[in-house]
Amino acid sequence: MKRSGLVLIVSILLVYIFLIGPLVIIGFSGFNESEFLDFPPKVYSFRWFFRIFESDMFVSAFQTSLLISVLGATGALLVGLPAAYSLSRTRAKWRRSVLSLFMSPVIVPGVVLGFALLKHVVIALDIEVWTGMVMGHMLIMLPYVIRVIVSSLSNVPIEIEEAAVSLGCSNTHAFLIVVLPNIRSGILAACLLAFITSLNDGPVTIFLTGPGVTTLPIQMLSYVEYYFDPTVSALSVLLMLLTVAIMIVIESTMGLSFFTKK
Amino acid sequence: MNNRLHILLVLPGVLLVVALLVAPLYFVFLDTIPDLEHPFSLYEAFLEKGFHQKIIIRTIRVALITTMICVILAYPCAFFIARYARRFKAVLIVIAVFPLLLSPVVRSFAWMAILGKNGFVNDLLLFFRIIQEPVQMLYTEGAVIVGLTYLFLPLMILPLVGVIENIEEDLLDSAKSLGAKDIIVFFQIILPLSASGLLVGCILVFTGSLTAYTTPRLLGGDQAMTLSTLIYQNAMTLFEWDAASVIAIIMITLTILVMKIIGSLATRMNPDV
Repeated sequence: MKRSGLVLIVSILLVYIFLIGPLVIIGFSGFNESEFLDFPPKVYSFRWFFRIFESDMFVSAFQTSLLISVLGATGALLVGLPAAYSLSRTRAKWRRSVLSLFMSPVIVPGVVLGFALLKHVVIALDIEVWTGMVMGHMLIMLPYVIRVIVSSLSNVPIEIEEAAVSLGCSNTHAFLIVVLPNIRSGILAACLLAFITSLNDGPVTIFLTGPGVTTLPIQMLSYVEYYFDPTVSALSVLLMLLTVAIMIVIESTMGLSFFTKK
Repeated sequence: MNNRLHILLVLPGVLLVVALLVAPLYFVFLDTIPDLEHPFSLYEAFLEKGFHQKIIIRTIRVALITTMICVILAYPCAFFIARYARRFKAVLIVIAVFPLLLSPVVRSFAWMAILGKNGFVNDLLLFFRIIQEPVQMLYTEGAVIVGLTYLFLPLMILPLVGVIENIEEDLLDSAKSLGAKDIIVFFQIILPLSASGLLVGCILVFTGSLTAYTTPRLLGGDQAMTLSTLIYQNAMTLFEWDAASVIAIIMITLTILVMKIIGSLATRMNPDV
C-alpha cells in the first residue's frame, strides 16, 4: 500500500503541475518587458497591460462580448425560466424529450451549429450580424440556464407553493413571492455560467462575426495568429482575474461541488 | 397545475431551439442530398479525396488518444481527491475547475508559448543540450493532442471524483482484508462502481476533442487540420458550402456514434449504470 500511495502522490503532483504550469508561464510572460514570451522574464513591466487599453481592438471587442452576452442571457433567461419551472414541476411524458431538446445545443458540435445558423438563418433570412450573434449566443446559453435552474428548483419543495395557493395566492403570485426568492442564487449562478459560456465561445461565434462585430475570443484568436507578443498574455492575466471573481460568486451561490455532479 | 399550462411555459424555449437548431440542421442535411437518385453523390465526392480521408482519420485518432491519456491521468487523481485529500479536497477541485472556466483561446495560447520555436520546452532542451537546435513542435498532431488533453482533463477528473466519493469505504477495506491486491481492488471494485462517471468523462472528452475548434486551429494550424478546422476553411475561406454541409453531417454522426458506443461499453462494464 505504501508504494502505491507514493505513486498516487507523485502522479497527482504531476497532473497538477500540468494543469497550473501553463497558466503560470503565461501569467509571468504578461509582465515581461521584452517582446518575446520568454520564461521567466528578465525584466518585469506593465507595458503590455497598457498596450491592451491603448489600441481600440481589444476594448471594443470586449464591449461587444459583454453586450452580446448580456442580451443573450436576458433572452435565455426569459425563455428558460418558465421552461425550467415547468420541467421541474410536471410529470408529463414529454418531460424527458423536451429536456434533451434543451440540452442539444451542448451536444451538437459548435462549428456545426455556427455553420447551420449562418447558412440557414442569418443568410437565408437576411438577418443583421448583431441579431444573428445574439440569437446564436442565446442558443448556447439556454442549456446552462435551464440545467442550473431546474436543479435549483428541485430543492424548493412543491408544498410551500401549494400552501401559498391554498391560502389564496394565484399561481403567478405564488411563483413570484414564494418560489422566485428561493431560487435567487440559482438564477445568479445560471447567469454567470451562461455569461462565461458566451464570453469564451469560439466555434459558434466565428461563423457569425461580421464587419465591425467581433467578440473578444475571436479578436484574440486572429491576433495571436499574426502577432506573437505578450499582449495576449497580459489579456490572459485579466481574464484569469475575471474567472476567479466569477468562481468566487458561483462558490458562494451554489457551491463548486456542482461541477463534480452531472 | 394542468398539463396545458406546462406546455405553454416550455413552448417559447422549444420553438427557439427548433427554429435556431433543429430546422437549420435539417436543412443542412437536405443540402447534402440534392439529388434523390444519387443520394450519396456529395458524400462520395468528399470522401474520394485522400486529403479528406486523412483528416477524418486524424480527427478520430486525436480524440481517441486524448481520451485515453485523460483516463490514465484522471483516475489516480480523482481517486486521491475523493478519498485521501481531506482538507485539500476543495482546493484541488477549485484548481481543476478553474481552467475549465477560462477561455480556450487563453489555454491554447499558453501551449503556443510553451511549444513554440523559442518556447519553454525548446529552451529547456537546448539548455540541457539534449538538442542542438529548436525542434518544430507547434503545428503537429502531437501539439493538438497535448492542447486537447490540457483542455479536457478536468472534464474527466470531476465526474470521476463524483462517483468515487460514493464508493463505500467498507467495500474497499473488506476486499483488502480478504487479501485482494490493489490492482484487483481497482479492476474488480473501483472500476465497475465508477463506470457511470467514467462514461460521462469519456463522452465529454471524446466528443469535445472530436469537435474542438480553437485548439486545433492554434496548435495544429494548416499542417494538422481536423474536421472542425476543415469545415471552417470550406465554409468561410473556400466557400465550398456543399463540402461544409457534408462535414457538418459527418461530425454530428460521429458525435452520436461515439455517445452510443461509449454508452453500450459502460453498460457492459456495469449493467446497473
